[in-house]
Amino acid sequence: MNKILEIKNLTKEFKGFTAVKNVSFNVDEGGFFSILGPSGCGKTTLLRMISGFIQESGGEIFIRGKLMRGIPPEKRPVNIVFQSLALFPMMNVRENVAFGLKRQKLKKSEIDDKVSDMLARVSLQGFEKKKVTELSGGQRQRVAIARSLVMKPSILLLDEPLGALDRKLREHMKIELKLLQKELGTTFIYITHDQSEALVMSDKVAVMNKGRFEQIDTPRNLYKNPATAFVAGFVGESNRLELKSKDGDFITTKDGWKLKRPGLDFTPEVLYIRPEAFILTPAKNLDNISRFEVKIKTILFDGSNTKVAAIESSSGAEVLISLPQNARFENLKEGDTVEVGINYENLKCY
Amino acid sequence: MENKKGFNITFYLLILPVLLWLIVLIVLPHLDLLISSFQGDSDAGGKVFTLEHYMAFFQSKIYWLTFINTAAYAIGITILAFIVTFPVAFYLTKVISKKYASFLALLLLIPLWVGELVTVYGWMIILGDHGVINEFLLSIGLIDKPIDMLYTNFSMTIGLLYISMLFMVVPIMSTLESLDDSLIEAASDLGASKWTIFTKIIIPYSMPGITSGGIIVFMLVIGDYVAPDILGGKSSLWFTEQIYNEFLSTFNWGEGAAFGFLLLMISSSIIWLALKLTGQKLERVGS
Repeated sequence: MNKILEIKNLTKEFKGFTAVKNVSFNVDEGGFFSILGPSGCGKTTLLRMISGFIQESGGEIFIRGKLMRGIPPEKRPVNIVFQSLALFPMMNVRENVAFGLKRQKLKKSEIDDKVSDMLARVSLQGFEKKKVTELSGGQRQRVAIARSLVMKPSILLLDEPLGALDRKLREHMKIELKLLQKELGTTFIYITHDQSEALVMSDKVAVMNKGRFEQIDTPRNLYKNPATAFVAGFVGESNRLELKSKDGDFITTKDGWKLKRPGLDFTPEVLYIRPEAFILTPAKNLDNISRFEVKIKTILFDGSNTKVAAIESSSGAEVLISLPQNARFENLKEGDTVEVGINYENLKCY
Repeated sequence: MENKKGFNITFYLLILPVLLWLIVLIVLPHLDLLISSFQGDSDAGGKVFTLEHYMAFFQSKIYWLTFINTAAYAIGITILAFIVTFPVAFYLTKVISKKYASFLALLLLIPLWVGELVTVYGWMIILGDHGVINEFLLSIGLIDKPIDMLYTNFSMTIGLLYISMLFMVVPIMSTLESLDDSLIEAASDLGASKWTIFTKIIIPYSMPGITSGGIIVFMLVIGDYVAPDILGGKSSLWFTEQIYNEFLSTFNWGEGAAFGFLLLMISSSIIWLALKLTGQKLERVGS
C-alpha cells in the first residue's frame, strides 16, 4: 500500500524537556491509524507537528512524499478535528462547514453542493440553518468532522474528539467514525488515551509513552503480544506481578508464588497475566500450562465482564480472573478453592 | 427555595439603601427636571405647560449644530477607542502569559485612580505651548515655534480618548478571554489567512464586548464636561457646555432641563440605530 505519511526521527524539545523523542513511523493510505498513550506522553505534540502548528526540533515529516518543513498549517493537506471541536459559535452549521471552502474561493453553487453532500454523509441534512450551540454533543461532533472532511484532506487528524461525550454516545460514535472512515477511504490519524477507542477503530495502533513509541501493531497483536511491559500494562486489563527470581524453568514473584514458565532466555522483572488467560479447572491432560490453586475472595459481577478476585493458595498473591461466559461457574462463591491453569505463552514476562 | 415569595426582613433591609439611592438621587431629580423642561412662565407669572424649551433647540442653529458636532466627535472617539484598544486587549489576553497580563491590566487602571480632572491637567502639561512635547521638539530643533495643540479639537479628542479608553478595553478583554485558542487554530487549519481569521472569527466573536464597550465609551464621551471644557477651550462646541450655560450662566433651567433630556434621548437613539445597523441585540451585549 501507498505510504501517505512518513515520519522520520521526529523530535520536539521544549525548554528543558523533550516531548517527542526520535519517533519514526509510516501510515498507509486509507488506513485508520491511532496513537494511544496516557496524557502527557507527547501524542498531542506529535499531532500538532504533523498539522504544522508547532515546528519540529529535528527529523522529517513527509506527506505524499513531500517534505513538510516550513509549510504553515493552512497550506498542509491535513485537517484537524480538535478536542474541543472548535466549532465557530457565531456561525450556523452550513457556514461552519463552508468556512474552508470559501477560503478556496470556490463558486457559491459549488460550495453549496459540497456542503450539502457532506452534511448528508454525516446524516445532518436539514440542519444547515441551525446554530451550532443548539446541537447535541454527537451532532456537534459530526459538524466538526464534516467541516474538516469537506476539505478533502490527505489525512484527517483527530485529537481525542470523543473525550467530551458521555459513555453511551462515545460507544455509538466509535462505530460511526469507523464506518465513515471505511466509506470515505480518507486516512485517519486518531489520538486517544482510551485504549478501547484505539482498539475498536484502528487498523494500526502506536502505543506512545514518554515521547517514544513503544510498539506499532495491529490491535489484535498489540493485545496478544505486547512488546514491552508498558504496553502490557496500558492496553487491556492485566494482573501485574513483580518478579523476584528465575530458576531454570521456574519464576518466582515477590509474594513467593512459583510458576513454571519455560523458554525464557533472560531474567524477567515483571509478569503480566490477562484476567481471561486463567483457565478454571483445566482438564487433566492439558499440556504446557502452569497449574495452581486459588481461593475465591470476592465475585465482581459485571454482566458479561464478571470477574473474581482470588488469592493464590501457596503465596497469597491476589489476582483478578475473568469468569467464562457459561453457566458452569455460576455457583462459585466466596471461600471456594478452585484449580486454575495458565498457558505458558500467556505468562508475559518483561 | 421554597420561600420564594415571602422575602424575609433581611432582604428588605439589604435592598433599602439601594432603593433609597435610586429614588432620592436619581428618579426624583430626573422627574423634577422632566417637569421643569415642560414648564414655562405664563404672562401672569404662573407655571404653564409649554414645548418652547424643546423648540428652542431646533429653532436655533447653534444648538443643534453643537449637538451634531458633539455626536460626531463622540462617534469618532468611540471608533478610535476601538482601534487603539483592540490590539491591546488582544495582546493582553491572547499573546502574553497570564502572569504578566494581570499586572499590565492593572497598569491600565492607573489613570482611573487619579480621577478625570487630574488626568486632564496632565494632558495640559504634555500638550501645552511650553509642555513636554513642544519643549522636546524645540530643543531638538525640529520646530522653531511651539505647535498649537492645547485648546483645540485635537487636545480634546486626546483627552476624551484617554479617559474613556479603559471602558473599551475591559469588555473586549472579557470576551476575548473566553475565545478558545483552538477556534483560531481551526480557522487557520481550514486555510484562513491572518486577516480572514481576524475579520471572520476574532471580531465577530468579540462583537458583544465591542458593542458594550462602544455604548459605554459613546455615552461617557457625549456626556463628558471636564475634558471638552478644559482641553477644548472656547473653540470647541460641546453640548454639555451648552447645558451648563443654560443652568449656570443664563439661569434658564427649563431650557437646560430640556436639553438634558434631548441629549439622553438622541444619544440613546444613536445607540439603538447602531445596534440595529450592526445586527446586535442589547440582551447579548456583555454576555
